[in-house]
Parts: sequence; C-alpha cells; structure tokens
Amino acid sequence: MPGRTPEKRPEGQPAATQPQAKPAVKPSDVIVKEKVEVVQKEEKPVAEKITIGELHLSGCTGCLVTLADNYEGLFKLLDDYADLVYALTLVDVRHVPEMDVCLVEGSCCLNDKTSVEELKEARAKSKVLVAYGGCAAYGNITRFSRGGQWNQPGHEAYVPISEVVDVDLYIPSCPPCPQQVRNVAVMAYLLLRGNDEQKNLATAYLTPLMQLAQRGNEACGCDLLYDVINQGLCMGCGTCAGTCPVRAITMEYGKPNVNRDLCIKCGACYAQCPRSWFNFDVMNNYEGIMDAINGAMQ
Amino acid sequence: MDVLGNYKSVISARSTDKDITKKSQDGGIITTLFAYALEEGIIDGAIVAGPGDEPWKPEPVVATTKAELLAAAGTRYTISPNLNLIKEATRSYGLDRVGIVGTPCQMQAVRKAQLYPIGMRDVDDKIALALGIFCMENLSYQALEAIVEDHCNQKMESVKKMDIGKGKFTVYTERGAVSQMPLKLLSKYVQPGCNVCLDYVANLADISSGSVGSPDGWSTVFVRSMKGNAVWDGAIAADLFETKPMDQVKPGLDLVTKLATEKITKNQKNVDARKTFGLKADGTAKGLRNPYETP
Repeated sequence: MPGRTPEKRPEGQPAATQPQAKPAVKPSDVIVKEKVEVVQKEEKPVAEKITIGELHLSGCTGCLVTLADNYEGLFKLLDDYADLVYALTLVDVRHVPEMDVCLVEGSCCLNDKTSVEELKEARAKSKVLVAYGGCAAYGNITRFSRGGQWNQPGHEAYVPISEVVDVDLYIPSCPPCPQQVRNVAVMAYLLLRGNDEQKNLATAYLTPLMQLAQRGNEACGCDLLYDVINQGLCMGCGTCAGTCPVRAITMEYGKPNVNRDLCIKCGACYAQCPRSWFNFDVMNNYEGIMDAINGAMQ
Repeated sequence: MDVLGNYKSVISARSTDKDITKKSQDGGIITTLFAYALEEGIIDGAIVAGPGDEPWKPEPVVATTKAELLAAAGTRYTISPNLNLIKEATRSYGLDRVGIVGTPCQMQAVRKAQLYPIGMRDVDDKIALALGIFCMENLSYQALEAIVEDHCNQKMESVKKMDIGKGKFTVYTERGAVSQMPLKLLSKYVQPGCNVCLDYVANLADISSGSVGSPDGWSTVFVRSMKGNAVWDGAIAADLFETKPMDQVKPGLDLVTKLATEKITKNQKNVDARKTFGLKADGTAKGLRNPYETP
C-alpha cells in the first residue's frame, strides 16, 4: 500500500536505537539521529509490509498497552512487517482506514452508536478481524455490566464483538500476552506476504485461533469442567491454574478447582489448556517455529 | 511421526553422584541434570515435584538449591501439576531461566505455552531446560491410595519406595516389607485423561528419561533439542554420568519402542472410538470432543 500511510515514523524510531547513542546534549544531536533513521527507513520497501490497526471499543486499553509491551519487538514489527495504520494514541488517524488486520479491543456497547458503527466499518474495511483480548472475544468483565454507571448510566448492554460482526480469529486472555499478538502479527505477515511454505506454516499456526472464534463467544473457568474434565480429557498438568490472570484456579488433588466468584470470563484457561486443542503438525516443529519467530525479531 | 519422536541421541546412563542415586528412582538423570544446570547458571531454578502435605502427594515447587532438588528426587505415581508454577516462577520468583520437569503431556503443555502464549505472559523465552519423563499413565492420589492401602495392604506413610517394572506395581516399606500388585489391575485406576495421550517418551522435551530399556539402576536418555544437546554434552564433559551405548544394554531400545507403540496404538484407538461414542436420533454416530482436531 504505498503512499497511503501518513505516519509519524520519527516519533517511534529514535527510541529503538537509543541504547547505543550517547545522551543528547543539545537539540542538534537529536536531529542528526532522526536523519539517520529516515535513511535506513527507505531501504525497506513499504509495499512489502502488511497494515494493522487497533480499534478501541469498551476495553481498558490494557490490550493496546500489551502491544507496546513487546518493547523493541514492536519497533521491529513496525520496521519490517507491519504498518500501524490505526490505534488510539499511537497513530494520528481519526477514521477507520482500510487495513489487512484489525485488532479489536474491548466489547461492543449496543447502546453506543459510535461503537457499533466503527465496529461494522472495521469489519468492512479489514481482511482479517481479530477479537483481541478477553473483552472483544468473550465480554470478559464487561459481561458483569448492569448499567447505571457514571457518566453514561444508559450504557448497559455490552456484548462480545462477534454478536455484531463476523470475527476471524481470537486472542483471548486479560490482558492478552505480548508474545501472542507478536506471533499472530508475524504469522499474518507470512500468510499475506510469504511464499507457499510460509503460507502453509502460517495457516497451520493460525487455524486453532480461528477455530476458537468459531467455537462461540462465551467463556468461563467452567469451560475446564464442561469441555475438558467432563469430556474425560483432563490429566492435571496445571496449565490452567498457572495461566489464570486472576488466580481463580487452584489445583486440588491434581484437578482444577475454579472459584467462579473470581473468574472474569477471559477465556485464557481453556485456550491455554493442552487438551482444549493440540495441533501436532505445529507443535512437533516447535523448535523450528520458535527459531523462525526469534530470527524474524532479531 | 515415529513413536519415539525426534532425537539426536539415545544412551543408557547413571549419575555418578552417590547423594543423588541414593534417593533417585533409577539413574538419577533429572536430578543430576538440574543440579548441573543450576551450578552452571543454565537455569536459575527448576519446577519439580516437591514434598506435599500428605505422604506421597507431590506439590510443585521451584527448587533453587541441590538440597531442594534432592527433596524432590524419586517418582511419585500421582499428579504433580508443575505447569501451575511456570508463570509464577518467572514473575513472583523472578527467574529468567526456568527448568521444568514433567510427563509427556506436561511437555506438550510447555510447548503450547511457548508457541501460543495466550495467558502465559513473558514465559516463552524463559524456558531454559524442559526435562521429560517416560509415562504410560498417571493416577489420581486417591487411586494411588487404593493401590497401596487396599491392594498392597501398606500404609502410605510407611512406604519407602514405589516402583513399576516387570509387570508389577511394587511397594517397599521402611521396615523392609515388599508388597506387589499385578499391573493388569492398574487400568481401572488410570485417570481418564491419560487414555487419549499419544506420547510415551516425552517427544517434546529437551531431554527425556525413564527406566524402560535400561538395566536396574540405570535410565534410558533421549537427547532431543539443541538446548538439550548442549546441556547433555556439558554434563558428560563434567563426568556427571556413567554411560553405556543403548545397543549394549538389556532390554534395550526395542522394549522402549514396543511399549511406546503399544501405548500410542491403544490410545489412538480410544481417540478414534470417541468419534462414534454415542448415537444421534437419525441413527448416525454422535461423537465426543477431540482435542487433536478442534477446540
């Protein structure tokens, strides 16, 4: 997409190389650095990159912060693989643009016209729509809303975004993990810009996250009971208890015990469980895939 | 894929550390490797099955000293949810390089947590050494109690060692009594989740180890990943293990292959049987959920 991305590169760039640079003493030092960055920039043809945006609905911005929690990895992503074309605070673009991948943060408030319109617009303008984080995928804590809150007492109906639009892929958990969104971004790049072999890898990697989007938009620690233990599949590895962001799960005699008063319905435990899904075609190649992702981020 | 998974080398080995072999189940491979990795700074701590609040009930702990490793040495034939501590180890304990030991399914969970870190924030690059143990099946604590107390007629707290081998489940007590139960009786106690497991020798571990294939007091060791290879070479260079080539020990690799094939064939049948487990109104089969196909 050449020429369609009015970005402000220099803002982000100096930080990427700052560790090596001496602290700026006078303003002219800084200006010199920026010029060097701009020259490097032109070596990478922008057309190869994919475009990613983040649509912020009823969420706490934790998902957006998670994207930034990749630290230097975020700069690498933006340098080589993706242009960030839409995101609260990070990008100075007011209206939802066309994009390859749209990460939607937050659930959708049905009582808020703008949210509904923007979500539909994002769906229409993106190739891959991702429910990014527990709220977008499953409602998460917004499931507990009953309205009456300042300063919008009339806002009470919050739904996972798949109630309003079709969703292609889920990244559950609250907050999601920086490494997971990084992996999805790299795989999306391979899927849209890679050779056949890379496309196959990316498809295999992304498939379970796409199947998760087909599975439904209700999540709870109870999923471990219904779809793992009750199905005779639990072997007590402890992953669910280890992954729960609110420590709602403890292991009692080798099986998860869910404190449903603490559960925020983020979907992390079930998605992380090795018995919710386990794709041998990807997992058996874990060493190569991790090397490839690490290599891509060098 | 081959039932034994990908591996760079397989060898029969025994620890040269007498403190460890006194307490270990077989060759003391896992304890010795973790002690070596701690000493060398390859790991800052290891998640192991430490002592729990009831006899023979393990509790996952983060071991950072050899004494803590020794307290966790030996096999407890019940569940230790070691993955419970994997994020905790990198956050509350602040470890940058984590070691973890586990059954084949737990090694699968480790790799899933690394490739798909959905709720496992900042864990993927901190798994420095994942050691797997051979596993045919596992038992709930209550099942283990039933076997030891009902079948073998021994009190849990008086047991010094439990062992599985040569078709028997054997219990050795502190006062020297030996009680046995034929392994055939074990099947009804196996936790159901084990019946769909398609891995016997921890194919996804960096190094995996177990007694099968090697003589008494020795262990069979598969070195699988680049990481595992580096650690194993270092431990051998440091003279921490006596070794024998697999083709010179009895019963040898054939037995490992035989048991792995048996387990995977049986459990693949179980996975397939789940597809036609029930009955729909139109007379066609109604299936149970298959974790290897969709979530």
